[in-house]
Amino acid sequence: MKGFNKKSIIAIAALIAAYIIGQVLISNGIIDSYIQLNMIIIGINIILAVSLNLITGFTGQFTLGHAAFMAIGAYVSAIFTAKLGQPFIVAIIAAGIAAAVAGIIIGIPTLRLKGDYLAIATLGFGEIVRILALNIDYIGGAIGFNDIPQYTNWTWLFVITVITVLLISNFIKSYHGRACISIRENEIAAEAMGINTTYYKVLAFAIGAFFAGIAGALYANYFYFIKPDSFGFMKSIDILVIVVFGGMGSITGSIVGAIVLSVISSFLQSIPDLRMVIYAVILFLIMVYKPTGLMGKSEFKIFKKGVKGNVSSKG
Amino acid sequence: MSVLKVSNLSRAFGGIKAVTDVSLNVEEGEIIGLIGPNGAGKTTFFNLLTGIYTPTEGEIEYDLNSKVTSKDFKPHKMTGFGVARTFQNIRLFQNMTVLENVLIGFHNGMNYSVASSFFRLPSFYKEEEETHDKALKLLEKFNLIDKKDAFARNLAYGDQRRLEIARALAANPKLLLLDEPAAGMNPKETAELTELIKWIRKTFDLTIILIEHDMSLVMNICERLFVFDYGHLIASGLPDEIQKNERVIKAYLGEDAN
Ligand SMILES: Nc1ncnc2c1ncn2[C@@H]1O[C@H](COP(=O)(O)OP(=O)(O)O)[C@@H](O)[C@H]1O
Ligand SMILES: [Mg+2]
Repeated sequence: MKGFNKKSIIAIAALIAAYIIGQVLISNGIIDSYIQLNMIIIGINIILAVSLNLITGFTGQFTLGHAAFMAIGAYVSAIFTAKLGQPFIVAIIAAGIAAAVAGIIIGIPTLRLKGDYLAIATLGFGEIVRILALNIDYIGGAIGFNDIPQYTNWTWLFVITVITVLLISNFIKSYHGRACISIRENEIAAEAMGINTTYYKVLAFAIGAFFAGIAGALYANYFYFIKPDSFGFMKSIDILVIVVFGGMGSITGSIVGAIVLSVISSFLQSIPDLRMVIYAVILFLIMVYKPTGLMGKSEFKIFKKGVKGNVSSKG
Repeated sequence: MSVLKVSNLSRAFGGIKAVTDVSLNVEEGEIIGLIGPNGAGKTTFFNLLTGIYTPTEGEIEYDLNSKVTSKDFKPHKMTGFGVARTFQNIRLFQNMTVLENVLIGFHNGMNYSVASSFFRLPSFYKEEEETHDKALKLLEKFNLIDKKDAFARNLAYGDQRRLEIARALAANPKLLLLDEPAAGMNPKETAELTELIKWIRKTFDLTIILIEHDMSLVMNICERLFVFDYGHLIASGLPDEIQKNERVIKAYLGEDAN
């Protein structure tokens, strides 16, 4: 358990290499704007999925309103950059904090609810945020928020995605993270072992919301234009599908899931109706053949073929 | 010195009186057996002792780490008060490893901040290292060290029961509550468990209350017994006395006669 061992040095080198390769390919035009668009979407989806996974996959709180946190972040960042002329970094942090505060405010009353009730309450929260955005003229109402400066680029995306994944994995591998997982596993036993479950649920919610808000900021400042309907119920479902597909309780799964599903959905862009059908079919197949998702709860298992440790996990 | 004082404790669920007017004292360092037919209210009594249920009437007082009464109880505060427990229907963290289960037991002893976990500050490494060491030592004593990386759900039944006790001990309690620790164990495992409990009491300097149906275990290690029947405390005393007590015999025979 050392700060910097061989493995982490290799990982850091690989990340820097990946960043430089991406940057070089973009400046050479080998990665064209279409591919770049998809890379941005993948990065944003990774952040969204990993942050939702903390709440739903690791802490076991089933929510259907994650897109609402993204919406809050997107609008806050849009206001900070377009209306207040603040630098992007300020807008990103404000977006994260605003979403986290919203997460705490709605988390405290709703996280007492279990299962279906929590899902419905967070669904309601998502709708409230969307309808509020529709009715506030300052942020464009139903017409949408226009002329947001395009700050999000490969560098911002890469750095923030890596930071998000790193911080959330670090959190999960701490005693705070273990406390969250123990709530998912057995709430009564967790309490009996001294874990303040309400505190940790709200904490997981706030952290998840924080990063979803940041994803919203990256989104708003890439697409110039946002509207409330981009962050509706279907967006929450999209994120949930990535998490379930990749594996509840696996960060690697969320990353792989975000990449695979973003690529699939970009191929299906011309036929948006069919896209949802294919999504549904994928979810269905996963639920039937691998209910724990691509990665189950493990990390990097996909690269360890033949290791037949704990495949029999059915629930 | 009395570490637990229960006064006129009652708990009803709708019309069902699960625990009725129970008063008792437990002295420091005792091993107490809590026996009685199924449905007598033993588990409910434990749930009252650990803040899972609030009393309908009466009061519970601990004098372990500090003086507290049942008004202050919350399930997550009990380990802080010095009380840890196991469950009749084992409640392990199934998809966590054996080691992680025990690490959760050490939760209250850990202090580094959320920020420290995000940024892996020195306090993270220091405390995690210390706690891992302690957890591994505990697992060694419980003969679970070889299985430290196995998921709890993959353990044999007897190992799961032992892991649950190890996890409770990790919380550094002064009072340990065991709800049917030998349930589902074969005679050999029960004999081993008996030795383990004796050893725990000696090594960890604890007071123990255990609910148990296995009379060989109860008679072997308990210094004093409380007998529950239909929510009432119908007898208490030394194991020999209890064995001869007429109300106790009736309570048990009454059940067998059905
Ligand atoms: N949460 C509850 N709701 C309703 N009845 C309960 C509850 N918990 C326990 N009881 C009832 O209380 C009585 C005592 O149960 P319990 O304490 O589990 O007995 P024991 O552990 O001695 O077998 C039983 O009749 C049981 O059905
Ligand atoms: Mg019971």
